[in-house]
Parts: sequence; structure tokens; C-alpha cells
Amino acid sequence: MSNLKLELKEKIIEQLNLEDVSVDEIADNDPLFGDGLGLDSIDALELIVMLDKDYGIKLADPKEGRKIFESIDTMAAYISANKA
Amino acid sequence: MKKEVYINSIGSVSVQKTFDSTQFLEDIVTYNDTTLKVVDPNYKEYIPPAAARRMAKGIKMSAVSSKNAMKEAGLQNVDAIIVGTGLGCLGDSEKFVSDIIKNDEQYLTPTRFIQSSHNTVAGSIALDMGCKGYNFTYVNTSISFESSLWDAKLQLQANEATHILVGGVDEMVDHHVDTHRFIGHVKDKPVAMEEVLSSHTKGAVIGEGSHFFVLSNKKGKSTYSKLTALNIYNTLKKENIAEVITGFLKDNHLLLKDIDGVILGNNGDIEYDHFYTDLCSSIFENTPQLVFKHLSGEFDTATGFGFWLANKIFKTGIVPEIVKLNDKNITEPKRLLLYNQYRGRNHSLVLLEKC
Repeated sequence: MSNLKLELKEKIIEQLNLEDVSVDEIADNDPLFGDGLGLDSIDALELIVMLDKDYGIKLADPKEGRKIFESIDTMAAYISANKA
Repeated sequence: MKKEVYINSIGSVSVQKTFDSTQFLEDIVTYNDTTLKVVDPNYKEYIPPAAARRMAKGIKMSAVSSKNAMKEAGLQNVDAIIVGTGLGCLGDSEKFVSDIIKNDEQYLTPTRFIQSSHNTVAGSIALDMGCKGYNFTYVNTSISFESSLWDAKLQLQANEATHILVGGVDEMVDHHVDTHRFIGHVKDKPVAMEEVLSSHTKGAVIGEGSHFFVLSNKKGKSTYSKLTALNIYNTLKKENIAEVITGFLKDNHLLLKDIDGVILGNNGDIEYDHFYTDLCSSIFENTPQLVFKHLSGEFDTATGFGFWLANKIFKTGIVPEIVKLNDKNITEPKRLLLYNQYRGRNHSLVLLEKC
């Protein structure tokens, strides 16, 4: 699980172009949206595509994303439980 | 009565350190290459990191040059924003298309698509500034910048606007360069800056840059010059160019001797530089001749650099040695003429006057 969390942080930094953020600066339970990492709705779309492309998980209902993308912890837990 | 059109401020990001408006080609960036990238300013000083992360290079460069131009003009907003670009944000377009191919048309993300259009620069500047006025982007290859100038000039002369932000921007992107290298438009071997204009080889050294100017029909504290006239010619027979130039001057009640210097768009391409060299040895034989593309590289809106150069000369009264093509000196610049063409097409004439 810790490897998956590290991998997610690296992917998020790279794919969302967070040039000024390092892996160490993202805590596992930091909120990804709003006051935390400050991601927005376009980033949410990028994350949905990332789940599908890299982990084979299709979100049938995009509203699910709100809970799944709360933090690295929640993302990793969802991927571990649903990975194809 | 038509109003005058003044260039009230300038902003530039180019292959040279032009983003620093206190300098005027004092510290030249040399090269030995076939492609040239801009000297990046510290973008974080101009753009919030959250916004910058999705910006294409052309938008970043233009955020800096447009903000510098607005600051110098002492304006918070303008009546119109007009941008010329040959390729727009082609980098993001290329990445978007590459992603489609790489992912077998399955996973398309929105970010690349959002800012991949030609008018992204003008739109982004307007959003940042809160400008709800006229917003237009000219995509007319190597006369894109001049087309923007022309539009601004007409609006200011007719008093339909008082202040207009006008710019030209093009970013260099890999696939575009590869394609143009393949068809011989880019030099196939690296050339040193001091040799590029006398290289006697095919193609040009490709560059990139963003140049913005506030044009107004009122003189400001920082006014650089007056845009007296300009004209664009998509096609011209080479043997008619001298006549067209003298006719252009005549239309403005001027003779060749009234021009204190001509700024030419030589880029070192042996196939097309004769358009300039023939003029240099005929109608401009006794005119101080200046060049700039060995400093800026060639790109669709490279004339923005030439326009910047002319305005800097008016402001400072200095003609840097590095831009002189012949040994005639400009003692007191009152009128400068810019002539450019690319690959024998899309000729432009821009006449600036000291004011």
C-alpha cells in the first residue's frame, strides 16, 4: 500500500504539472482539493482518466470521485479494492 | 480627422534578455545552433504557480511581456487586445494529438485541449486583466503581427478605442521544427550567431518570442514613437519591391532620403535573402541598414522583435553595433522603416516616427 501511495503522489505531480510540489510535501491524508493541494475540477477529470488508464478502473458515476479523491489514503484504498 | 497612433510602451520575451527593459542588447546571448529558445524570465514573479502549471510556453511568455507593457503604460485595462500568432499554442496541440495516438484514442484528458487553440493567449490576457473589450487573434503566418498592428491602427485612428494592447507571439515546438527541418526551412547544421546572416546556406535558424505594445491615440509619459504607416503585401514580384517601397514612402509624402534607417528581416537563408540584399545595393545603398533576426531567430511574429528594436532605438537614441549591417550611422533617428518578408511571400512595411 505504501508503494502505491508513493506511486500516486508521483503520478499526480507529473500529470497535473505540479512543478513546485515534491512527494514529501503531500501527506497521505492531505485533502487533494480545496485547501489542501488545491486541485480543481479539471484535475478531477485528469484523475478519472488516470484511474482508467493506469489501473483499469472506470468510474461509472463521476460523483463517486468526490470521496475517492479526498486524499492519497482514500485513492489508494479505492484502487487496492477495485484494481482490475 | 484621423487621430495619431502612438506606441506608449513595450514588453518583450525573446532569445535575448529583452524582458529586462532597463537593458538594450548590452549582454548578447550568443549561440551555435539551428533552433533558439527564449531566455526565460522568472515566471513566478508574474504568474501565480497554480495558474502557470497549465499554461503553454506562449501564454507564459505573453503574460510577462503584456504585463510589462501594461505596467510601463501605467494602465490597468485597455479597450482592446489584439494578438498576432502564426502557430498559437501549437505545443499543447501537438501533445494533445500525440496523446490521442499514444493512447489509441482511448484516454483524452482536457488540459492539453483547453489551451491548444490559437486565441488562447489573447483570451488568457483578457481574463487576467478583466478586459471585456474587443479581443481578436490574427493567424496570418509571417504577417500575423503586422495584421494586429493594422487593426489597432485603424481603430485608434477612428477613435473607436483609446488604448489597445497589441502583441505577437510564437513558441517553438519540436514536431513543427522537425517538419520544417525536413522540408529545408531550418538550417541543417548549427550556425554561430555572428555567422548566420552570411552563412550562404538554405533555411533559417528558428526562434521564438513574445512582444507586446500598448498603442494609444494619446501620447503618454513613456511614448516611444508614432506608427505613421504600414502595409502588407501577400505577394509581390521581386522586381517590383523597390518601386512598392518608394511608392509607400511617396504615399506618406516622404522620399528615401527622409528615412534615417531601414530595419530588414534578413535571416541568412541563401534562397530568399536576396530580397533584402538587392534593396541594400539599390534603393537603400545610402541608408543605414539594420538587422535583427540573427538575435531573435526566425518565426512568424519575429517582426515583433524588429518593432521592439526600432522603438528602443527611438527611446535611447542608441543603435547597438550588433544590429548594424552597413557602415552608415544613424545620427538622430527620426524615421525608421521596417521591411520584412518570409520565403518571398507576405511582405510588410512599417513606418515609425519619433515624436
